[in-house]
Amino acid sequence: MQRAIARKSPKSKVPPLLPERFADWFASRGWQPRPHQLALVEAAQARRSTLLIAPTGAGKTLAGFLPSLIDLTERPANEPRLHTLYISPLKALAVDVQRNLLRPVTEMGLPIRIETRTGDTPQGRRQRQRLIPPDILLTTPEQIALLISHCDAGRLFGSLCAIILDELHALVVNKRGDLLALGLQRLLSLAPGAIVTGLSATVARPSELQAYIVPQRPDDGFTRLADKVVLKGGAAPQIRILGADDTLPWSGHSARHAYAEIYAEIGKHRLTLIFVNTRSQAEVIFQSLWRLNEETLPIALHHGSLDVGQRRKVEAAMAAGSLRAVVATSTLDLGIDWGDVDLVIHVGAPKGASRLAQRIGRSNHRLDEPSQAILVPANRFEVMECRAALDAAKEGAQDTPPIRPGGLDVLAQHVMGTACAGPFLPEILFHEVRGASPYAALTRDQFDRVIDFVSTGGYALRAYDRYARLKPNHDGGLRIAHPNLAQQYRMNVGTIVEMPMLKVRMIGKNRRFLLRDGKPGGPSPMMGGKYLGEIEESFIEMLAPGDTFIFAGHVLRFEAIRESEAFVSRTEGVDAKVPAYAGGKFPLSTYLAARVRDMLADPNAWKALPKPVGDWLRIQKKRSVIPRADQLLVETFARRGRYYLVCYPFEGRLAHQTLGMLLTRRLDRAGARPLGFVASEYSLAIWGLEDMSAMIADGRLDIGTLFEEDMLGDDLDAWLESSNLMRRTFRFCAVIAGLIERRYPGKEKTGRQVTVSADLIYNVLREHEPRHILLEAAWADAASGLLDIARLGLFLERAKGHILHQALARVSPLAVPVLLDIGKESVPGDAAESLLRESAEDLITEAMRDG
Amino acid sequence: MGSAAAAKAASDFESWRIELGGVPLLADMSGVLMIEDECVLVVSDLHLEKGSARAYRGTFLPPYDSRTTLARLARAVERLQPRTVIALGDSFHDVGGCERLCTEDRAALGRLQKGREWVWIAGNHDPVLPIELGGDRAGSWQHGGLTFRHEPTPLSADEIAGHLHPCARISRDGHSQRRPCFAFGSGRLLLPAFGAYTGGLNVLDPAVAALFAGEMAVAAVGRSGVYPVAMRQLRGD
Repeated sequence: MQRAIARKSPKSKVPPLLPERFADWFASRGWQPRPHQLALVEAAQARRSTLLIAPTGAGKTLAGFLPSLIDLTERPANEPRLHTLYISPLKALAVDVQRNLLRPVTEMGLPIRIETRTGDTPQGRRQRQRLIPPDILLTTPEQIALLISHCDAGRLFGSLCAIILDELHALVVNKRGDLLALGLQRLLSLAPGAIVTGLSATVARPSELQAYIVPQRPDDGFTRLADKVVLKGGAAPQIRILGADDTLPWSGHSARHAYAEIYAEIGKHRLTLIFVNTRSQAEVIFQSLWRLNEETLPIALHHGSLDVGQRRKVEAAMAAGSLRAVVATSTLDLGIDWGDVDLVIHVGAPKGASRLAQRIGRSNHRLDEPSQAILVPANRFEVMECRAALDAAKEGAQDTPPIRPGGLDVLAQHVMGTACAGPFLPEILFHEVRGASPYAALTRDQFDRVIDFVSTGGYALRAYDRYARLKPNHDGGLRIAHPNLAQQYRMNVGTIVEMPMLKVRMIGKNRRFLLRDGKPGGPSPMMGGKYLGEIEESFIEMLAPGDTFIFAGHVLRFEAIRESEAFVSRTEGVDAKVPAYAGGKFPLSTYLAARVRDMLADPNAWKALPKPVGDWLRIQKKRSVIPRADQLLVETFARRGRYYLVCYPFEGRLAHQTLGMLLTRRLDRAGARPLGFVASEYSLAIWGLEDMSAMIADGRLDIGTLFEEDMLGDDLDAWLESSNLMRRTFRFCAVIAGLIERRYPGKEKTGRQVTVSADLIYNVLREHEPRHILLEAAWADAASGLLDIARLGLFLERAKGHILHQALARVSPLAVPVLLDIGKESVPGDAAESLLRESAEDLITEAMRDG
Repeated sequence: MGSAAAAKAASDFESWRIELGGVPLLADMSGVLMIEDECVLVVSDLHLEKGSARAYRGTFLPPYDSRTTLARLARAVERLQPRTVIALGDSFHDVGGCERLCTEDRAALGRLQKGREWVWIAGNHDPVLPIELGGDRAGSWQHGGLTFRHEPTPLSADEIAGHLHPCARISRDGHSQRRPCFAFGSGRLLLPAFGAYTGGLNVLDPAVAALFAGEMAVAAVGRSGVYPVAMRQLRGD
């Protein structure tokens, strides 16, 4: 199905693909229409849906719109009708695209009206857009969900000729992608003549995106694919690894050793983009660079916690060419074109080959020149990961995660939305829904249960039949029981429920009998004391009340989550059980993990690594053992009155953290008296008061049983009982599915009578109807998301019979990085710095010394 | 609970003994109150059919709260064998709640009522109850010098009430719990809400605290005991 993009038509003189006015415009700007741009014009003329895969800076957006601009110019409409719908993941992107699109439209004097529609668009204009639509509407997935829930959706979208999905690779990975997939099928039912154009960065499995943009018919037994146009990046990127000399740290994520070199590189380039994995890293590097900044080069900072106005300023300054460097997190990952970047520096591990390729693609927008990139590993394991990513980039290997099956909670929302627009026949909707590739495997039983959920809550106890939200029509169709339900639905549309950051607050001392406003029964005072900062919600999710962790230089004990605040108390003289994580939220991809395991297993591959890393591995080989790529190495040893078990699954921090929680429970039952654990992207260390080497030797502890797959049964259940994670995941699903109404800021319902908390609902549902569809949805989310159970399960299966246990006399070199994480996390404050350094040196000497 | 608590036998926390107006009372670990000498059991704020109360507006909470609540009450009744049960108001979440109660749950309630006196005190949620429900009805009820009513009154003495859903937040050794509780003092006793979907109001909230003029003893209802809590251990929300 792939078309050769450089294909020359044998009769290239007749008929030309570009009308004269367009050809002249390209010529007047001194440009040639690019082959992929012409390929999309040709595809549109043949009315074929097409996926365009192209690196940044290839004129992707113009390519997407060119067929519509031509069509609208050649066949102007007599009355206002919507011709083209453009959907992007970001409001800002829609606005940016409008700006870029207006240029050719104005310069060619085309009679085309282009408008945006986002959550920020005033109500009046939104209503007018439904009555008098523009030719081209630029919008977001949520707005599509809203628009198709109106009864005039057929009139509005019936005239559609083209649907353009921008940054498709970023849209499809989450529940917004599910919502859009369902909305897209609805649009294609309303406008069967419309073609879909997907615009995407390079991905591992383009066929997933090709399938996403065309209706599927799963019963045919094969997947339908849109055409594909691929524009390869021109020259291969030039990537090197920086700062891997003797100063290379053993652990940590700051990469402080390389700041001077990074600063020097900024001085040598026009505009350098410095990507990091977390906000806190961004802050640290930004401040450190300014301390070095004797030439006062204009260096800026861009990340998601910054005020929007500030971010817009930075973006404008980049576009205007008045900056020399920007330190950024993933907020700069998506498509907006911000100027003439000629170097990308990636600090820390890239986590995935595709992720790295997309970030490197930010540099050098002229396709024929190679992109320049520098990787800065922050510790020894990251050197191996960077090396693996660099090799992958040379081969052009991709590892974007596979698209997950569509969420049942999102489907429930879509079913209600469909009903709000008018009566529907379940049979027909079922086929339409299965036309969306994430739902191609949906069974009729699941679909019927979702319909039942939407209609009456889907409970085995038929308590709500007489209140059904969907009523049968005479023709077997379903319609909403009351127009108020449509209003209620529109208030709750969307899949973004996340509160990704929680405020961390101390429990106040002596907070009692506090009056707020002096009104009895008014909002009760939070138990809040000092505000410490913000922390990733996904981290707090992992904790049960009583768990200790490090934050803002203190050892804190987690107490509870209330609304969007995590309450903590200070504890003294204890180790933090779960350290705060300074890496990114993206786990190491399975693909890079496999490459790193291979590299570790093969001493020949060590030659390509910097000397300190090679030495480290050679001493590991001597002192302990180097596991084969298919083996799981488990080391046990004693150190300073504590007994350690360290294993190296290389499965990413999320899976390791789940593993740590479960292993700790098992070790506790076995009598090993575990005290805590720490998980990194590469390994997991557990420590306790019993000698685990001795326990394994005398048979009290069986290492095979310890890593038995059945830990994902009862042990997992028991842990989930006590952690907030499932409750919160359930709440998200319940909100998306419409069981609980969204809480809007300032409109939170208070008072004990009005709301029933999601916790109480979760408890009762688990007890009485554990197979309810929302519990199923919540479990699916937890398994693929925060717990990464799916990956852990595969790992345990792989490890079975391949565990290589080493009882050691002392700490092994490979264990040093993760052990340093414990030490670092447990000794807070500047005063402890020298103590810390001394113990770290002790640890390293102990691991690396001969004999 | 701390080690001192653990040293006591679990049975020590089955109930909390107090005296109001000269009448000895047992605040039971299940969240009900027993007047032992009279074999009277008092339970407050069952809020039966709260789950189904918003169904007419299209919100379908799991309809299993009534049976969860009734099963818990049945266990308490089985253990304590009262001759009289006083339901202290808001027994149903709304006036229509009784009719929505499904046959099975209705039968479960019938079994509880059978062979004992039953008094429904009117609450703000259930000012009237259908006659088929059986039992006696009262706005308030006097017994042995004590007054039983749904909403606490500011100046009353020797009063037993519910309505406020008192709840205690306790923090100890860094562990934190928020549990329904009994609140006792200044000549009154507040009962915890018993229903499965009932939230709670912190006893440090002015709406509760104002009734006690600073003189309040609290016992939190745990999973397997009722635990007196010192004022200094209480935390606001």
